[in-house]
Amino acid sequence: MKPIIECKNIHFHYNQNEVLKGVHFIVEKGDYVGLVGPNGSGKSTLLKIILGLMEPKQGEVKLFETPLGSFKEWHKIGYVSQKANSFNSGFPATVFEVVSMGLFGKLGLFKRLTREHRSIILEAIDQVGLSDLAERNIGKLSGGQQQRAFIARALVSSPELLILDEPTVGVDTESVDKFYQLLGKLHQEHNLTLLMVTHDIGMMTHHVNKVACLNKKIHFHGSPSDFEANQKAVLESAYGSNMNLVEHRH
Amino acid sequence: MLDLMFQYEFMRNALFAGLVVGIICPAIGVFLVVRRLSLMADALSHITLSGIAAGILLSKKGTLFQGISPMYMGMIFSVIGALLVEQLRKAYRFYQELAIPIILSTGIGLGVVLISIAKGFNVDLFSYLFGSVVAVGRNDLWTIIGVGFVVLLSIYFLYKELFALSFDEEYARISGIKRRMINLVFIVLVALTIAISMRIVGILLVSALITLPVAAALQISHSFKQTFWISIILAEFAVLGGLITAFYLDWASGGTIVLFSVFLLVLVLFVKKIVLKKD
Repeated sequence: MKPIIECKNIHFHYNQNEVLKGVHFIVEKGDYVGLVGPNGSGKSTLLKIILGLMEPKQGEVKLFETPLGSFKEWHKIGYVSQKANSFNSGFPATVFEVVSMGLFGKLGLFKRLTREHRSIILEAIDQVGLSDLAERNIGKLSGGQQQRAFIARALVSSPELLILDEPTVGVDTESVDKFYQLLGKLHQEHNLTLLMVTHDIGMMTHHVNKVACLNKKIHFHGSPSDFEANQKAVLESAYGSNMNLVEHRH
Repeated sequence: MLDLMFQYEFMRNALFAGLVVGIICPAIGVFLVVRRLSLMADALSHITLSGIAAGILLSKKGTLFQGISPMYMGMIFSVIGALLVEQLRKAYRFYQELAIPIILSTGIGLGVVLISIAKGFNVDLFSYLFGSVVAVGRNDLWTIIGVGFVVLLSIYFLYKELFALSFDEEYARISGIKRRMINLVFIVLVALTIAISMRIVGILLVSALITLPVAAALQISHSFKQTFWISIILAEFAVLGGLITAFYLDWASGGTIVLFSVFLLVLVLFVKKIVLKKD
């Protein structure tokens, strides 16, 4: 399978504090990867490095087989951040306006939205089931609805890879179920490659087709069934004895 | 009734200049307010004061600068101030708002010292501080129209980038928007807006025209586009109402425009409360 994300021997440290110690990590086309790890395991740092927001101290990242430094096709990547803290909920923007942002990078400087773009935006909003709320202020939506709007924003540029950073934090249980259904549908029907960072190990293993466990380096990378079979050993090696997991809530 | 006003060239100049200022102040203000940088307008207007002071001093001391409006010097200082603010915000990453009082007090301090050297505490200075319609000459009007046009055109072309950066800077970066460059252009646009608006509303009051119409628009709009246009409409009302009232009642124009903006804001808050109660 074609590699979409390749991380080779990634090292990163803040001052004296080592966060990533030689991470090797590959996401292939069609993967649906759940990346788990305890707090401070370097999950967010690894994501930021993959997205080019931080530079690794050592090692190499390739996106779509292109070294990160010369990678330009950011529209191939959709990004959904943690709902909390990502925006000011008093911001005057409608769902439509928020989703339209997903096209800006692809459009480039000085270009404006055309009618064709508008129908692409409406299509993405429809895909996540928010058509009725397209003209509603984003701050007035529930946490689950806001998160779906952000998925639509990530989908609007027709990405091949979707990266999600703890997307279910601050979203109620019922919406989380719907959220996973939506991701599953996108993965199967649109052949989207997904990389999701999450705390919610129990829920995640039911949906993804690969699990990666990170704590400064990759402790496990394989199928959910292998993960479940060796869960105790993997988690002990990655989390240490102070295991504190968010378990499946059903 | 308005005929009388149009008979005077200075009033015609002031009205044209006011209409331009009434568009660009809120158009820039919308982005400042939603980024929680409203006070930036204050900081840059105070640094503009030291530019004006430097302009007055130069025109008194050297023959080279005689007859050149101090407004240009104000513009240069304002742009330099804007660039300094960006540097300071980088130096104080966790106390970004600190850049504002640093620039603000530097502007006032430097301004007052330069004015005292130029022995310039006079009516001319007052017109810069509080705005004066009589002061808008032909040349000033052309500068205001020219710079206003550049600011508007830049907003038109960078609208989507400015909007995305205001909403979520990290996402904008990931989607490939050149954050540094756009932020730099934006802060320079803010500086230019302040420098050309001070002729009408004055250095001390310009931030009101940048923020108050936006504050009112935020109360009644759902979308960003609505906020943008309603702010402009409210600002134009304030400028026109303010200038006309000031002319007939012989009040200070800058102050009257600002009071009109305050009045519109209170009106919006009041009407909104009544409508909400009915619902």
